[in-house]
Amino acid sequence: MATIWLNARAEKRELPKRAAGNQIETRLMLGHNRGKNEGTGVIELENVAYSYGGGELLSDISVKLAPGSFHFLTGPSGAGKTTLLKLCYGALLPTAGHVRLFEADVRGLNRDDVALIRRRIGVVHQDVQFLDHLPVADNIALPLTVSGRHAEAGGSDLNELMGWVGLQDRAAALPPELSGGERQRAALARAVIMSPEVVLADEPTGNVDWDMSQRLLTLLVELNRMGKTVLIATHDLSLIRAAKAQVQARVLRIANRRVQLAGADL
Amino acid sequence: MKLDLAQLRALLAGDRQADRVVPPSGYTAQLTLFAAGAMAFLAVFALALSLAAGRLAERWGAELAHTATLRIVAPADQRAEQTAAALAVLETTPGVAEARALTDAEQAALLAPWFGADLPLDTLPVPRLIETKTESGFDPTGLSLRLAAEVPGAVLDDHGRWRAPLVSAASRLRVLGWVVALLIVAAVAAMVTLAANAALAANAQVIAVLRLVGATDSYIANAFVRRFTLRALSGSAVGVIVGLLAVWLMPTGSADAPGLLTGIGFRGAGWLVPLMVPLVAGLVALLATNTAARRALGGLT
Repeated sequence: MATIWLNARAEKRELPKRAAGNQIETRLMLGHNRGKNEGTGVIELENVAYSYGGGELLSDISVKLAPGSFHFLTGPSGAGKTTLLKLCYGALLPTAGHVRLFEADVRGLNRDDVALIRRRIGVVHQDVQFLDHLPVADNIALPLTVSGRHAEAGGSDLNELMGWVGLQDRAAALPPELSGGERQRAALARAVIMSPEVVLADEPTGNVDWDMSQRLLTLLVELNRMGKTVLIATHDLSLIRAAKAQVQARVLRIANRRVQLAGADL
Repeated sequence: MKLDLAQLRALLAGDRQADRVVPPSGYTAQLTLFAAGAMAFLAVFALALSLAAGRLAERWGAELAHTATLRIVAPADQRAEQTAAALAVLETTPGVAEARALTDAEQAALLAPWFGADLPLDTLPVPRLIETKTESGFDPTGLSLRLAAEVPGAVLDDHGRWRAPLVSAASRLRVLGWVVALLIVAAVAAMVTLAANAALAANAQVIAVLRLVGATDSYIANAFVRRFTLRALSGSAVGVIVGLLAVWLMPTGSADAPGLLTGIGFRGAGWLVPLMVPLVAGLVALLATNTAARRALGGLT
């Protein structure tokens, strides 16, 4: 029986158990366990560079996200935050260096491997995309549907998850009917329904007011307390300061194509 | 992403949830259905024409291959004598199963379409015709030489001169019918590929979302492939049914009518051939959509 979000809540700070039905998934999972023992990260970037349109956008980036860690990624607009995030879930390949997801180098992964890895990484974009013809509940359950576990999404687990993000009354609504904050919360619920080990969020509070951004932050902090590795890309320094009051977070700043650990000014 | 057995099994089994992830596309769906139906309708006629031409070629070949005609061109006072001599020669010729001189009435009937029924045959230098049925071992060259020596007024026509182009034409018509059917299949493939490409482009956001949440290429492709395969299958099934009805309602000639137009249609097991059209259309749609989807998905991250 596969584990979904609620089971992970109960496990508290333990990485979720996963079904070993797929050989690739099993291999990646074993890699993850080895990584834990050897102190390696669930996501590792080693001397990574990324070029686009003839110019180098990122250069010599080395980042390691340890299991259960909480990171912010900040920097001015256009610095490459979104690009770095995309490198972290295999949506982009580095032009130099190595990106390892659960110890597997992305260059060695085929397209199905990448798809399976994405089931272990929940992603929330600023411009959240949904399937506009399906109700919100079905959109949130989409990761379960595509992985053949739709039966698990039909019952009280999904309802509880929707309650967690405050959308229990919006299950039948279509995505275009949602407000910006509701869309962000729906995206967060969709990102965590598979109980991923990692949650990546790109400007998750970009389109919402202060109260809603605090609510979203609280949800992300709560996920981290459940043991999820969280990486949030944002240029909102007030959000970072608010988070540091709740969780031990490290702040990475992109400047001049490189990543550096931000100091006490944050 | 090849179309392997597991994917084929998943495709045939269907997945209601997977089918829902691709939004319905009413307008293009109707066009695909209509185009598949129209193509299947035309394919039925192409097959009917091909099979009819095949039957005609076989009939001409079979009927004319075992007959020969002997023409006795001689003065009226020698015609009966030479006819008897020719019949005697034919009786002793290996490969000749039967030989019979046509009566005046039969010859008049043959000429009636051109000269009318009241033709005074006995006043005209019309040659006497001897109808000959042949069997294996018949040697027309040897017979011609023997007749030249023994019956100088006899001319042998084994029908080969005009039978060959007729049989060849009918055979080519049969091939042409199959070529037309194959072109229709290719047109179905092109049409489905275009429609699938349009659907994939129109659903770029859907595909991006599915990739983001961990859908494999096979899962995404199957959602499109299943849809287009079913459309081609159902559209062409309707086209075949209408086509078969139209062929069935076509006027037919009498059993011995030699015409091609009155012979268009299916006979016996031939009626099963057009039933393959929806299956072929479905298979073509499956392969075309799978190829289009593979190409489209291969370019995405």
